[in-house]
Amino acid sequence: MSTVFEQRAADVADPDAGLSPAELAAKYGLTISGRRPSLIEYSRQLWQRRFFIGAYATAKLMVQYSSSKLGQVWQVLTPLLNAAVYFLIFDLLLHISKGIPDYIPYLCTGVFVFNFTQAAVLSGTRSISDNLGLIRALHFPRATLPIAFTVNQLQQLIVSMGVLGVIVLVSGLPVTMNWLLIIPILLLQATFNAGLAMFMARIGAKTSDMAQLMPFIIRTWMYLSGVFWAVNSVADKLPHWAGTLIEANPALIYIELMRYALMDSVPASSLPHHVWIMAVAWAVIGGLGGYVFFWKAEEEYGRG
Amino acid sequence: MDDQEMMDSVLEPEGPPPAPTEKIPTVIVDNMHIVYKVYGAGAGKGSATSALSRIIRRKSSPALTEVHAVKGISFTAYKGEAVGLIGSNGSGKSTTLAAIAGLLPPAQGAVYTNGQPSLLGVNAALMNDLTGERNVVLGCLAMGMTYAEVREKYQDIVDFSGINDKGDFISLPMRTYSSGMGARLRFSISAARTHDVLMIDEALSTGDAAFRKRSEERIRELRKEAGTVFLVSHSNSTIRDTCNRTIWLEHGLIRADGPTEDVVKEYEDWSAKR
Repeated sequence: MSTVFEQRAADVADPDAGLSPAELAAKYGLTISGRRPSLIEYSRQLWQRRFFIGAYATAKLMVQYSSSKLGQVWQVLTPLLNAAVYFLIFDLLLHISKGIPDYIPYLCTGVFVFNFTQAAVLSGTRSISDNLGLIRALHFPRATLPIAFTVNQLQQLIVSMGVLGVIVLVSGLPVTMNWLLIIPILLLQATFNAGLAMFMARIGAKTSDMAQLMPFIIRTWMYLSGVFWAVNSVADKLPHWAGTLIEANPALIYIELMRYALMDSVPASSLPHHVWIMAVAWAVIGGLGGYVFFWKAEEEYGRG
Repeated sequence: MDDQEMMDSVLEPEGPPPAPTEKIPTVIVDNMHIVYKVYGAGAGKGSATSALSRIIRRKSSPALTEVHAVKGISFTAYKGEAVGLIGSNGSGKSTTLAAIAGLLPPAQGAVYTNGQPSLLGVNAALMNDLTGERNVVLGCLAMGMTYAEVREKYQDIVDFSGINDKGDFISLPMRTYSSGMGARLRFSISAARTHDVLMIDEALSTGDAAFRKRSEERIRELRKEAGTVFLVSHSNSTIRDTCNRTIWLEHGLIRADGPTEDVVKEYEDWSAKR
């Protein structure tokens, strides 16, 4: 050690000289760097960043198709093309539509609503690893990222819902009071999706392989969620426990509810049992569970 | 500080202001060790055959290399100080900053800080697809400002960064910026808020002379607003102009810690001899 250092040490000699570093830290109220705040403090910080969440989601929406010539038109084209592909395969080629009235709005509702969950999960999984620069540069509660991505997907879904409204009307279905149910259904699904996005964000941040695996898991989930066919016709043939399990699927519940809200031809009797209780339960369990799970590893994001 | 130095700092208007008299610690680093774990070094992690043979042989992890980047350093930084970190490449300067920011967990020892240290590095990209304009707004919102505060600070940030000096660059996506422009904008955004502890990792060296001068002034202001500034730089003149205290790291250990002039001089003599 050089003489300079010793000279400095002599300069520092003051009332605090006898204290150990830990005691000195305690005396001046310093805390261990990068330690996770309490859940309440974390929620307060998150609430403070609500403008950031909104602005980030909107900014993402604006730039999403900025490199393509058609630009924002893709916002509407993407869901339409998606529905067209499934219509080609499941209606024209496989004739799965037999026995389902108004198959086109039925299919489109399923595709659009499931797509919201799918996109939220996929972008949530990558939300930490894709934003390492931002995470390492600025201090903010990291949960803002998966939440902002979910809000971004919700904005896109609202565009899709406009398209869907037109499809429903063109199919000859009437506008009913049930359309008002769209708002609570979207809010419940968005809460559930945000929780799921946060859950996957933590897993995706630790295991980067997850981003490769997710598309397969999501596809399996999609086929189980009655996007293309009426699951209750299958569930009735299964043992009771398996049928209950299939009907408890949150994606299925939100899709069925949305169909019930939008389409006059879908009766309340076709919905799974206790469907509203399940929709609220999934939103609360998914939302809160994902939030707490994400917060538990808050100090570890962006490390390494 | 001896008399000669006191004279120097009074006579020299460009030099850093003298160290503060009241000593309130803001960062305490206590015998900190940082160990990087590098997975798969030379084990062919990417190849399918090696992964398969690992699974067959039930070897759980690929070859693990440990890099002991920082080997037990201790220092205390005080309110109003600007601390320079110098040393040759790979001496542990950037690692030390990342650990103070809480981005790297110490393997041993502890780092105590006041508030949340903000680390500003050259590699810290904001959002490349978004325009500079949006990056300014989002960066400010992410730091916890309200829209009203952003509106108030926006013009200052853009002016300070000098992005618009050569045309309307602020409305272009950040990926079209040169590395220097990006670093300037990032520094301007971070410096718009008062930080308890602001750490700058060679961000200033990418700017041109005029921007460097502005940043040095801003760092001085930040210090006056009762913060602590850490600066990693390979430019000894930047360190001399901005920092009143300098820590010289070598091989993950503190080689010298003291008034900038003495430490930088010692470092220069040492570098010349190598």
